[in-house]
Amino acid sequence: MTARLLPFSDDPIRPSSPASVSIQFDGAPIEGVSGQSIAGVILASGPLGFRRTSVSGKSRGVFCGIGVCFDCLVEVNGDRDVRACQRRAVDGDVVVTQHDALPGSIA
Amino acid sequence: MSSVLILGAGPAGLAAARAARRRGASVTLVDSSEQLGGQFWRHLPAERPAARERILHHGWDTFRALQAQLVADDGCRILTSASVFAIDATASPSTTGTGPGRVHVIVGPSDGTGRERIELLPDAIVLATGAHDRTLPFPGWDLPGVFTGGAAQALAKGERLAVGAHVVVAGAGPFLLPVAASLAATGSRVLGVFESSRLSSLVRGWLPRPWQLLPAAKKGAELAGYIGGQLKSRIPYTTGASVIAAHGTDRVESVTVASLDKNWTPVAGTERTLAVDAVCVSHGFTPRLELAIAAGCQITDERFVAVDDAQATSVPGVYAAGEITGIGGVDLALAEGALAGHAAAGGNPFDLPGEVRKRRIYEGFARRIEAAHGIRPGWPDMVTDDTIVCRCEEVSFGALCSTAESTASTSLRSLKLTTRAGLGICQGRVCGRSLEQLIARRLPGNTLGDTVSTDRRPIAVPLRLGELAAAARPTDPSPTTPTPLADPPKGPTS
Amino acid sequence: MSNDVIIVGAGIVGAACARAFALAGFSVLVLERGTTAGGTSSACEGNLLVSDKGPGHELVLAQFASRLWSSTAADLRAELGDTFPSIEFERKGGLVVATTADGAESLLAFAADQRGARVDARVVDAAEMLELEPDLNPAVAAGVFYPDDAQVQPTIATEALMASARRNGARLLENTEVTGGLFDDAGALIGVSTNRGPQRASRVLIAAGPWSGDVARRIGLSLPVRPRRGELLVTSRMRHRIFHKVYDADYVGAVGSDDRALQTSSVVESTAGGTVLIGSSRQQVEFDSSLRVDVLTEVAAKALRLFPFLATAAVMRSYGGFRPFMPDHLPAIGEDPRMPGLWHASGHEGAGIGLSLATAELLRDLFLGRTPEVDPSPYSPARATLAPHLELVA
Ligand SMILES: Cc1cc2nc3c(=O)[nH]c(=O)nc-3n(C[C@H](O)[C@H](O)[C@H](O)COP(=O)(O)OP(=O)(O)OC[C@H]3O[C@@H](n4cnc5c(N)ncnc54)[C@H](O)[C@@H]3O)c2cc1C
Ligand SMILES: Cc1cc2nc3c(=O)[nH]c(=O)nc-3n(C[C@H](O)[C@H](O)[C@H](O)COP(=O)(O)OP(=O)(O)OC[C@H]3O[C@@H](n4cnc5c(N)ncnc54)[C@H](O)[C@@H]3O)c2cc1C
Ligand code: FES
Repeated sequence: MTARLLPFSDDPIRPSSPASVSIQFDGAPIEGVSGQSIAGVILASGPLGFRRTSVSGKSRGVFCGIGVCFDCLVEVNGDRDVRACQRRAVDGDVVVTQHDALPGSIA
Repeated sequence: MSSVLILGAGPAGLAAARAARRRGASVTLVDSSEQLGGQFWRHLPAERPAARERILHHGWDTFRALQAQLVADDGCRILTSASVFAIDATASPSTTGTGPGRVHVIVGPSDGTGRERIELLPDAIVLATGAHDRTLPFPGWDLPGVFTGGAAQALAKGERLAVGAHVVVAGAGPFLLPVAASLAATGSRVLGVFESSRLSSLVRGWLPRPWQLLPAAKKGAELAGYIGGQLKSRIPYTTGASVIAAHGTDRVESVTVASLDKNWTPVAGTERTLAVDAVCVSHGFTPRLELAIAAGCQITDERFVAVDDAQATSVPGVYAAGEITGIGGVDLALAEGALAGHAAAGGNPFDLPGEVRKRRIYEGFARRIEAAHGIRPGWPDMVTDDTIVCRCEEVSFGALCSTAESTASTSLRSLKLTTRAGLGICQGRVCGRSLEQLIARRLPGNTLGDTVSTDRRPIAVPLRLGELAAAARPTDPSPTTPTPLADPPKGPTS
Repeated sequence: MSNDVIIVGAGIVGAACARAFALAGFSVLVLERGTTAGGTSSACEGNLLVSDKGPGHELVLAQFASRLWSSTAADLRAELGDTFPSIEFERKGGLVVATTADGAESLLAFAADQRGARVDARVVDAAEMLELEPDLNPAVAAGVFYPDDAQVQPTIATEALMASARRNGARLLENTEVTGGLFDDAGALIGVSTNRGPQRASRVLIAAGPWSGDVARRIGLSLPVRPRRGELLVTSRMRHRIFHKVYDADYVGAVGSDDRALQTSSVVESTAGGTVLIGSSRQQVEFDSSLRVDVLTEVAAKALRLFPFLATAAVMRSYGGFRPFMPDHLPAIGEDPRMPGLWHASGHEGAGIGLSLATAELLRDLFLGRTPEVDPSPYSPARATLAPHLELVA
């Protein structure tokens, strides 16, 4: 197991029961609860890494969680460079992982 | 009547807004987040209120009161999802009006496109942009599953998400305790908290004049609460040790923990490996200085915004409060915020002796935290040639050294431009300070040949070219002509 | 110890000169008040252009420089080895487009003149333009392609030239500011004073970029070099979609203009890091470097006329510097007629990266008493077009 959403029924702070949000992530539907960030929805659905870096192609995901590191960039509804940790998930969002290869022509 | 613009709606900004309103100023409060509260009072969204949110936060009632008062107040305009991307501090009044500058804001969903641009020309500005975690580089820190403490905290408080099932918390500072506590309260098993500073320096930092702690009892109680909570949930707390490497291929699978000497150099032979699915590492906080620098404010040698007793910066009409003037926690941020907002609206600190007193007490507290937990010079010994220093541009320590050797450059600016370290999309927010120290360490006298700061970021937050190209809507600096917010009937101001 | 030459300034011009002089056997001392490449040479783009220059003396120098860059890039690579970061020399070609009918007419006329001066300037039709740049705004009115336009990464190029100069014997003193001239009893210049003591040399070369006027004044003479501010935008990394240097034909007008007020024209290109650089503005505001969002807005708006797709690109930084501007639009390269032993290498405006190598060769030949490959007289500080300005400021 990895990241996990605390089920609201077990939560000692007793949040009101959440509505669900569903988004598409790289073509597959995933579910979260309303008010979650896109990063939170992705993390809770399994993957920790959801971006490939440009130089070495390594996997990256959430690092700072507060919009500072830009490691969590994803494409949302066609807009690139969206910080997944800062953008609230909206029903129907189409989220795609980002990988920007370096220009090949220059060594 | 004056207009006061407050940048940041964390504890400092909220307190500033209320104080400025009490003096009768018209206030605009701007924050890039969707909610008020800043980093400290991050909470479940309004549409999902929690009956017992209070148990996650120190001072939750203070927050609720501030929020309720400001939201209900006509004289306070609140702009959330509003990012300040630049401040024009040009001397010419034609571009700045008579106030300290023209503040450029983009309003709409974070990193959206086609958002609205507005410009504000306030009579005074209070900067309260807070801080973010500083995490020192170590081998494997770029693996998914390695988080800052702040990330774990933000996801736990803001979404009720635990970043892992088996987690280690490491780094330095009292902040490790609330991180561990939140993780435990969100369902993670915290295998241990590893504090880099040794017990002896903690004792020296915390205990030389213990009576000074008494007035900060609230803070003491907050910490004692964490420790008590941790003992109850059996989280081992180890001092003089830290995570020095993370391992895994596409995600973290284990970490190496080792003892550190008093300079934070790992002690050979003390390494052990722990299997984890997440690790949270913070070594302190870095203030968000870009807007202060854009406004022209003087920065201290310790790299905070320089302020006087009235929280006034070196620029007339610009005030600063909270973590950007020194890391001191929520109570200090509240006191400074109140004084800054009051002064920005024309008041004098002598009018608020209670806040002045609190500021003094919590400042003392902050100095002790720094003395006990401050970053020590041996940390680069964790860094190997393969360790990524700049995460955005994937520049390793080895590459940095080999370029520095071949150009023989002593200049941070040149080394950034020749290696691309610090030039990526985070603009050196994560690596800047570490880069400076790693480069300086190689040079005679431990000093860089130039004085370029990695904190200067003229564009404070990225926006779309199309948004920048669009004309801004000039916005009236005063939302209404309000009557001052009533003072509280009696008793404590918070 | 006395040197053959003191060079004031370790920007690209000073570095190129240091290398050329050291290779010719001179003893060279470079004095830099900050650090190498700490001035304009790391606050610019690295375009090596012929496209923006009409027939005339600047074009002749640019064509000479263009030849030199090909061979020098190879020499530096061979000399410094693979561990030295690449200077990113690439002859990627420039595409100049006109966005209006009027602009089209003057662009085509300009290109025809350039062809008369042996510039490879190929008129391209709409289909060819889209083949060169598939994401270009299809509504552009005319285009000319310049295969010889090239580029380098200017900071790395400066460091490489300086590293080579040092390997060949040049000495560099950083954090050393020139504060005045050193004269013998007869009043002849014999060196400079600095914040770290005097330094002697038979020749003093001012290569202090936009600060050259200031350095000249400290030594006792006027030089009409003025700063002309320029600002650029940098986007985040994106997929490679812009393949050449692409300029708005307005650029050509802005470069040659004397106007002090704000001018912007579009220059768009991708970098090796995957970001896109968007320039640039020209404005004379002395050394005022405070941010002006209205300027950035104008730069952004013009870039969108060339590449509408950039509307959703994320801008992550702005940066800029001060071009060393000359009233007659030519650099000052040569000995000062008013003070024997004082030499100039400055005033390259927005072309100093490109022209640095040519400037260095010219000066080296003049030092050696050889005839340079290009006639040096048009650039001489003694030229007629500069005389009124020398008097004016003196
Ligand atoms: C993620 C995180 C979690 C923390 N949790 C705890 C904790 O649990 N316990 C503890 O004791 N301390 C915690 N801290 C320390 C905490 O920062 C301080 O105690 C307190 O929040 C400081 O208050 P502040 O008002 O100075 O800043 P902040 O609370 O950081 O508020 C600053 C505000 O400014 C806004 N802002 C910044 N830049 C811009 C811009 N360009 N445009 C618009 N808005 C902007 C931010 O969105 C933010 O809301 C945490 C810090 C972080 C980074
Ligand atoms: C926005 C912008 C874009 C540009 N784009 C291009 C382009 O694409 N192509 C191109 O060819 N050119 C371009 N240029 C122009 C180019 O950058 C300059 O012409 C060139 O960098 C000048 O180099 P330099 O060595 O003369 O000056 P600098 O690089 O400025 O070096 C001068 C040095 O002198 C030092 N100095 C100053 N005073 C003293 C003193 N008293 N004592 C000791 N040292 C001193 C300074 O510290 C500095 O390091 C651009 C310029 C700008 C501003
Ligand atoms: S995780 Fe750092 S910006 Fe989103």
